[in-house]
Amino acid sequence: MLIIECPFCGPRNETEFHYGGQAHVAYPEDPYALSDKEWAEYLFYRENPKGEYAERWSHSAGCRKWFNAIRDTRTYEISATYKAGESRPTSTSAGA
Amino acid sequence: MDQRHLPEHPDFLWSNPEPKKSYDVIIIGGGGHGIATAYYLAKNHGITNVAVLEKGWLAGGNMARNTTIIRSNYLWDESAAIYEHSLKLWEGLEEELGYNMFFSQRGVMNLAHTLQDVRESVRRVEANRLNGIDAEWIDPKQVKELCPIININDDIRYPVMGGTYQPRAGIAKHDWVAWGYARRASELGVDLIQNCEVTGFVKDGNKITGVKTTRGTINAGKVALAAAGHTSVLADMAGFRVPIQSHPLQALVSELHEIIHPTVVMSNHVHVYVSQAHKGELVMGAGVDTFNGYGQRGSFHVIEHQMSAAVELFPAFARAHLLRTWGGIVDVTMDASPIMGKTPVDNMYINCGWGTGGFKGVPGAGWAYAHTIANDSAHETNSAFGLERFETGALIDEHGAAAVAH
Ligand SMILES: Cc1cc2nc3c(=O)[nH]c(=O)nc-3n(C[C@H](O)[C@H](O)[C@H](O)COP(=O)(O)OP(=O)(O)OC[C@H]3O[C@@H](n4cnc5c(N)ncnc54)[C@H](O)[C@@H]3O)c2cc1C
Ligand SMILES: [Zn+2]
Repeated sequence: MLIIECPFCGPRNETEFHYGGQAHVAYPEDPYALSDKEWAEYLFYRENPKGEYAERWSHSAGCRKWFNAIRDTRTYEISATYKAGESRPTSTSAGA
Repeated sequence: MDQRHLPEHPDFLWSNPEPKKSYDVIIIGGGGHGIATAYYLAKNHGITNVAVLEKGWLAGGNMARNTTIIRSNYLWDESAAIYEHSLKLWEGLEEELGYNMFFSQRGVMNLAHTLQDVRESVRRVEANRLNGIDAEWIDPKQVKELCPIININDDIRYPVMGGTYQPRAGIAKHDWVAWGYARRASELGVDLIQNCEVTGFVKDGNKITGVKTTRGTINAGKVALAAAGHTSVLADMAGFRVPIQSHPLQALVSELHEIIHPTVVMSNHVHVYVSQAHKGELVMGAGVDTFNGYGQRGSFHVIEHQMSAAVELFPAFARAHLLRTWGGIVDVTMDASPIMGKTPVDNMYINCGWGTGGFKGVPGAGWAYAHTIANDSAHETNSAFGLERFETGALIDEHGAAAVAH
């Protein structure tokens, strides 16, 4: 069970949260200009790193807000959480 | 109880050669898919200058961690074709490989607990029959006849409203499947090389010509991925992307019991699946952890959830002791179907995305992948499963339809 620190409510059990996959995937600026290949990448291709991953979580059984986390996919350790709209922290030692 | 004798110790089943300087085909990943592919390359296509490179020990990845359920009751024609081809191969495999694998066609039941489940199940039974796959819709009474310990009372949260049943489906002993293939592949000249991790690729322009490993660089005419959970990591090194997410998936076993559970029971809705191993352990699995992970362990709350579902369905389990839990890393695609075919890199092939259901696919996938590698074009059973489908939109959406949630 992960303990996840909601930026609004503080640390809570993983079971209060809903996973949302890769963070910072922007909707295409000009959707009409996209080729099939680019649409495929936007819709179906996500990073899948073995290591640090910027991902989305929603505190669905709490404040119900979406936020981002930096988590290591090898150890499952979360080194930072931050509000949606904020940029990915450069040093992920924050919150450690 | 099955009284067939134990197989030989694996050390004596294949040789452990040093890697050669060069091979016609290098397969990355010594799981069931990699070893079966090597075997069919040698047997069906006469290509024997082949190495299977495994970073750990042979078949120690998902191949050693799965719950061994074999079935072919998938909804879409494309899935039905490849899984049924696989099941037909399973039916002759012990004889072909001359090796026991406790392949047991004890049937698989997929329970329905909601009206929507019922509709989906009946539809899938009809689709299966049109594809020549044995399938029946059974009512709660028939469910109880096939597996007397199931609770079919309607005072539980999700009562059993019936189920689909595939009599030819079943289980097999996963290690022995891998060892059976490994022994024959080794006899046919394939080098099975353990403790050899692929760490990079050698390319000539857009053509792959070799692999870098922890045991040196090895040249290859063709390179084929069969690395399940680690495909994204390898594709990154080769310079292309795959629409795959790696997730932890857990299984667990109870202590030994008398034989009380005669068939395989799966429930997608309350989400647990159970079979009883030949020795007597109850073998159980559930869904993946939602998050991405490579840690080969999963979350305890997933186990809690699956156990509460199991105890409601099988009240007798309440007193069973849990012996052991473990996790594997499964590779899930966006449409819950495998990927098999060519890659954007010349002479490099991909087989992955079998997610939570690739054990049953071992013979069929090995067969089709060997064909693809040997001929540089897909076999009829995997032609719809290429990477292109994510661009053309011809997805094979088995999410939900696959009779198991991912
Ligand atoms: C808990 C669990 C339950 C499951 N239950 C079922 C089931 O009931 N029925 C079913 O059909 N399927 C089931 N599956 C899925 C099935 O196990 C997989 O789909 C299937 O095993 C994947 O193919 P494989 O056997 O080749 O993978 P693996 O056995 O994982 O083989 C891949 C190999 O690649 C190696 N590798 C990775 N990276 C490298 C590298 N860089 N260099 C060299 N080697 C590398 C790994 O060490 C590994 O041995 C289950 C899986 C799990 C985890
Ligand atoms: Zn919150």
